[in-house]
Amino acid sequence: MAERKLFKGNEAVAEAAVRAGCRFFFGYPITPQNEIPEYMSRRLPEVGGVFLQAESEVAAINMVYGAAGAGVRVMTSSSSPGISLKQEGISYIAGAELPCLIVNMVRGGPGLGGIQPAQSDYFQAVKGGGHGDYHCIVFAPASVQEMVDLTMHAFDVAEKYRMPVMMLGDGVLGQMMEPVVFPDPAPRDLPTPDWATNGARDGRATRLINSIYIKPDDLLRHNHKLQAKFKQAQVDEVRCETVNTEDADIVLVAYGTSARVCRSAMDRARSEGLRVGLVRPITVSPFPYQVIADVARTARAFLAVEMSMGQMVEDVKLGALGAAPVHFYGTPGGIVPTAAAIVEEARKIAKAEVGK
Amino acid sequence: MAEELTIAGFGGQGVMVIGQLLSYAGMHEGKNVSWIPAYGPEMRGGTANCSVVISAEPIGSPIVTEPTTAIVMNRPSMDRFEPMLRPGGLLIYNSSLIDRKPERSDIRVIAVPAVDIARELGSDRVANMCVLGAYLAATHVVASESVAECLKEVLPARRHNLIPLNIEAINRGAQLVEA
Amino acid sequence: MKQVYAVPKALQPRATHYCPGCTHGIAHKLVAEAIDELGVRDRTVGVAPVGCAVFAYDYFDCDFQQASHGRAPAVATGIRRALPDAVVFAYQGDGDLASIGAAEIVHAAMRGERITVIFINNAIYGMTGGQMAPTTLVGQKTTTSPAGRKLEHAGSPIRIAEMLSTIPGAAYVARVALSSPAHVARAKRAIRKAFDTQLAGAGFSLVECLSTCPTNWGMAPIEAMTWLEENMIPYYPLGEFRTPEGGASNG
Repeated sequence: MAERKLFKGNEAVAEAAVRAGCRFFFGYPITPQNEIPEYMSRRLPEVGGVFLQAESEVAAINMVYGAAGAGVRVMTSSSSPGISLKQEGISYIAGAELPCLIVNMVRGGPGLGGIQPAQSDYFQAVKGGGHGDYHCIVFAPASVQEMVDLTMHAFDVAEKYRMPVMMLGDGVLGQMMEPVVFPDPAPRDLPTPDWATNGARDGRATRLINSIYIKPDDLLRHNHKLQAKFKQAQVDEVRCETVNTEDADIVLVAYGTSARVCRSAMDRARSEGLRVGLVRPITVSPFPYQVIADVARTARAFLAVEMSMGQMVEDVKLGALGAAPVHFYGTPGGIVPTAAAIVEEARKIAKAEVGK
Repeated sequence: MAEELTIAGFGGQGVMVIGQLLSYAGMHEGKNVSWIPAYGPEMRGGTANCSVVISAEPIGSPIVTEPTTAIVMNRPSMDRFEPMLRPGGLLIYNSSLIDRKPERSDIRVIAVPAVDIARELGSDRVANMCVLGAYLAATHVVASESVAECLKEVLPARRHNLIPLNIEAINRGAQLVEA
Repeated sequence: MKQVYAVPKALQPRATHYCPGCTHGIAHKLVAEAIDELGVRDRTVGVAPVGCAVFAYDYFDCDFQQASHGRAPAVATGIRRALPDAVVFAYQGDGDLASIGAAEIVHAAMRGERITVIFINNAIYGMTGGQMAPTTLVGQKTTTSPAGRKLEHAGSPIRIAEMLSTIPGAAYVARVALSSPAHVARAKRAIRKAFDTQLAGAGFSLVECLSTCPTNWGMAPIEAMTWLEENMIPYYPLGEFRTPEGGASNG
């Protein structure tokens, strides 16, 4: 087994990307993700790659567009206000069907908000974010190890679907250190894709990276194609962890940092005799609706826990489709919920629902 | 059971280093560990703190809200974290600098005159290692040998000449508890 | 029989969507001729803007990317960094480059990005229907300055070539006009020199092309050429503002 190393989440994402063959990084400073560009500025030149600090998030995401269109593995990272600025570019990247990785270490909003961890960019990440009908594939890691594993996976998924992939972290995941093992992937060729605009050499036809379809019929066909890809991802790419859901009366639903707190809360509740389980979406787009639907058949109630005013809870409701009530507990503004508070919520719900 | 520590003090007192040493040592002993600093303006305001969890089980929340142990290096940290300690928890404080006694009676308390000991050893900078030594001797959460091994990983190379001094400070802190 | 004219290989032999009298066609041809002369068509990647030239990729016969509004220099930067051997050019209008994309062009120049930018300055927004541009002259009527651009309200038009020539990373900056055969001949030399600058690895290059928009100016094509020469050239002097060998010259 490879060696365990203690790594900060932000730096682990960066190292994992390099090991996945990412050689290009374009970004702009913003707290709490600065360790990613800082790490890349040291690391990428060592492997013949390019780190470039752009003049803005807007420019950075468009540099990603250009490099992705040229057929290389490329990423950017930012935090909430910066991701808002990138949304125009992400829409173009989705429209032009370019693969890339976008990391969002979410902080509290709206506006300049704060710099402490939050999950209030869920809607923006999973429902589109920019203009037009499109989806990103969005991973929600809950540990530094998972950030490593999902980052390495993300580039393959992005290229398989020719879609932008987002890593939805938060200030806790970015700043914390945990032991990680970097899988050493067998070296493999990353062939330049057959759509890349890298110069029409040897008489090949010219290529175009584009998101404009001025004829409505063409744009309609293009939209159907984008949706079909996402539908396929809904079949093949959903990842979700369930713990203790079989006998659970109350099932917590949470992703990322909230899910870790929920895990502590679940253990504590169980030690008090409360039958609590956990559903942890690992992909929040596509969302594991089917898992929620299955659990809804046996659970008395769901409790969605988020570091927001309630965003993912809407997807939990869509999954449950009324088969079980869905409650919500949220801590916005950069506050991480405590296990004690979640247990207290679960206890209240149990009293109301199980007592019925 | 998980050990959930809060380590706090002024910036420059080496509280992050204590946390990192414990995390590295725990990792090398095959345990699950997490370390997370308070970041942002909070750390620029003169105080620094970090949360460390060391556990045989997978770690839930890395953020410590009810510490099993609080290591406090200055008065503001004592004021802030003493009330948060779990009943039966351990409070280790730098009695060279903190001019009050702990108020709670439902916790274990170890006073370490860390700066005085460090000064005897010839460097104020190893005061953090004195409290770390006391903590290790009081809890055995990780072996002090493991911590000593990790000094090379945590200290920058230009400070590696100070490793023997750091180990001595750890031992002096430990003696205080073992005596 | 002697061949006196041929469509450049870097252009596709087809009619454009540009209005009669528009100078985009001339600019396209000059760029394509430079690419042909340098023999780099098979390693050229162009970047199209948002504006009338959004469909430039339909006319150039080389790889192309279409950028969002104003971001062509950033997209070109991504391509340039990913493909060190490529010849990369961006083609932008005045709204795209001088207004919404002001930051991107300045910073591409600052980095000395090895790209060539063809900047079409026709003092108006064409595609959206004749609104005021940052390069619209004082007094010039547009659909959003119906009484003419007012200095005290909208300020003076921006001189991009002069501004960029203050940036050390900008190796070649020139302004040309596309209003007469003599001017076009000089424009061709400038565009070729801009690509030469890129191929020599000297840094960023930009050629500002004073252009016409008869449709939105409300003029006949010849009238528009005259208006350009009488009104634009006095405010936007022609010449090389920065060259790799140093120095400047009037065109």
